[in-house]
Amino acid sequence: MNLAHPFVRAAGLALVCFVLLIVLALVYPGTWLLDTLTGLFASGLLVMSLHLLVGYTGLVSFGHAAYFASGGYIFGMFLQTPDIVAAFGAWSVPVATLLALLGTGLFALVVGLICARLSEIYFAFLTLAFQMLLVSVIQGLVQYTGGDQGLMGGIPRPEFLGLDMVQVKDRFVFSAFLFLAGVLVIRLVTLSSLGATLRMVRDNEVRTAFLGVNTYRVKVLAFTIAGAVAGLGGVILAILTSAAYPEWAGWAVSGEAIFTIMLGGLHSFYGPLVGVVVMRFINDVTLIYTTHTDLAKGVAILFVVLVLRRGILDWIIDLRAARRGRKEDDNVSRALSKAGKEAEDAAS
Amino acid sequence: MLRLDHLVKKFGGLTATNDVTLDFPAGTLSAIIGPNGAGKTTLFNQITGHLVPTSGKIVFAGEDITGMKPAAIVRKGIGRAFQVANIFPTMTVEEALASAVSAHAHAAFELSSAFPRRDVKTRTEELLALLGMEPVARRISGEISHGDQKLLDVGLALALDPKLLLLDEPAAGMGPEERWQMMDTVQRLWKSQNMTLIFIEHDIDLVFRTAEIIHVLRYGAVLASGQADEIRGNPEVIEAYLGSETDATEADSREEPA
Repeated sequence: MNLAHPFVRAAGLALVCFVLLIVLALVYPGTWLLDTLTGLFASGLLVMSLHLLVGYTGLVSFGHAAYFASGGYIFGMFLQTPDIVAAFGAWSVPVATLLALLGTGLFALVVGLICARLSEIYFAFLTLAFQMLLVSVIQGLVQYTGGDQGLMGGIPRPEFLGLDMVQVKDRFVFSAFLFLAGVLVIRLVTLSSLGATLRMVRDNEVRTAFLGVNTYRVKVLAFTIAGAVAGLGGVILAILTSAAYPEWAGWAVSGEAIFTIMLGGLHSFYGPLVGVVVMRFINDVTLIYTTHTDLAKGVAILFVVLVLRRGILDWIIDLRAARRGRKEDDNVSRALSKAGKEAEDAAS
Repeated sequence: MLRLDHLVKKFGGLTATNDVTLDFPAGTLSAIIGPNGAGKTTLFNQITGHLVPTSGKIVFAGEDITGMKPAAIVRKGIGRAFQVANIFPTMTVEEALASAVSAHAHAAFELSSAFPRRDVKTRTEELLALLGMEPVARRISGEISHGDQKLLDVGLALALDPKLLLLDEPAAGMGPEERWQMMDTVQRLWKSQNMTLIFIEHDIDLVFRTAEIIHVLRYGAVLASGQADEIRGNPEVIEAYLGSETDATEADSREEPA
């Protein structure tokens, strides 16, 4: 095993994080932090997977929430079918999770095959259109989806591997596993040879095609992977809330995901994750005083766009780079003045 | 290596390529010259599959490639660099070259290998050395000098190990000294890489010094073909192109981006 290999290091980091989160679950006495983090895991996967499209492939999708909702609904509808739960028994939750992942991936593949034919604003609007279509379908198929009311009445989640999703700690650990697995998948994609191809398409699609790469296939592949991982985020939220709602597929969710990426940082891998935490923080702090949370988020985004002119993490990285640059400049000038003084001494 | 057979391209009433029949033997270094609007870039666009000829044939390495898709033609071994540097502006020089090498090494869709794969890295380092771009390897492509960007564009085409390399005004937009340097580099690359090379250029002095064979285009048709001496002595060429030196210079400055 080569410890210097980027894949091994990424997997190792995920494993360390997982162990730390399990320790946290064991020592933390209450439930508030664990449920809050579980919620962050869900939005984290939505935003990180969208970032694979927006930040790494240059595909601005306005309809990414569709895949998030798709994951939650497939998971919930599967487990709300008594015959299936009876048949799979203790394996129901893992099987439902896997189905949500694959089903959402297939959904994203079909939409991607259509949308990736278009570029820029046309692409963005077509993804939005498919998202609206999904909302309509969810609202229309009342007998399966509960329509406007969502998947109510709770989602049965049979115990598996000693984990009971009704218990805060247990569902936190399972959600942490799904979250880290999802982030690891995105990380591996960005580190792989495919990741370099994504960045080529982002930078200059025409030139990429001139290098003999089928850029349509690249975009469809990125869209499918991102969609499947977003679906995993939906599974986490369905586990946490024991429900699924049509609002999950709403344009507001997609829009907020894009704002979150802008807030956290478009040019760094973990930027969107910073955005998720900051968004949630602003949301919860504002709720203590007023319900106008969107106003507070809007002000924060304006501040980041107008004052920092880049996402929070990008700003921090640039700041550190500038500091380091200045330090090097100082060293150079110190060395120069020292050399000058020696020359003067020699002359005198 | 490449043969154009009675190639015609019409845009409505305009004939951009008028019955062009040219042969580019393997291993040669040829130039295509001609005044503005002579159809030089249009010719390149047909060879690389970005325009489909109205009639005629393009034969590459014995195979008819007329009407093939650009990506397919690239895979046959035809690389191309552009008049305006066509690069990956946010990547470092090293990363951009490695990405191109990776695409050529069939790793474009590979999820199982970390980027850059070991063989890709080795080839990238070779290319950096060949282009003399090691000093700027870690710099962001969009921030290096114009000349280096043009060179990187050539490097991206070279990453594909092309049998035939097409360079559309490799020295466009450069200062006088830089132009000569660029053409020296082009000549050096051609010698070291064992490939067939065709370039488009306005500057007649550069062309006479660099190219083995020169083809002169005017109004989309071939006016003359031959070695530097033959072209220099050809009365038609003198009248059409060299004779009106001032016109040609003006055309130059108009076509080049500032």
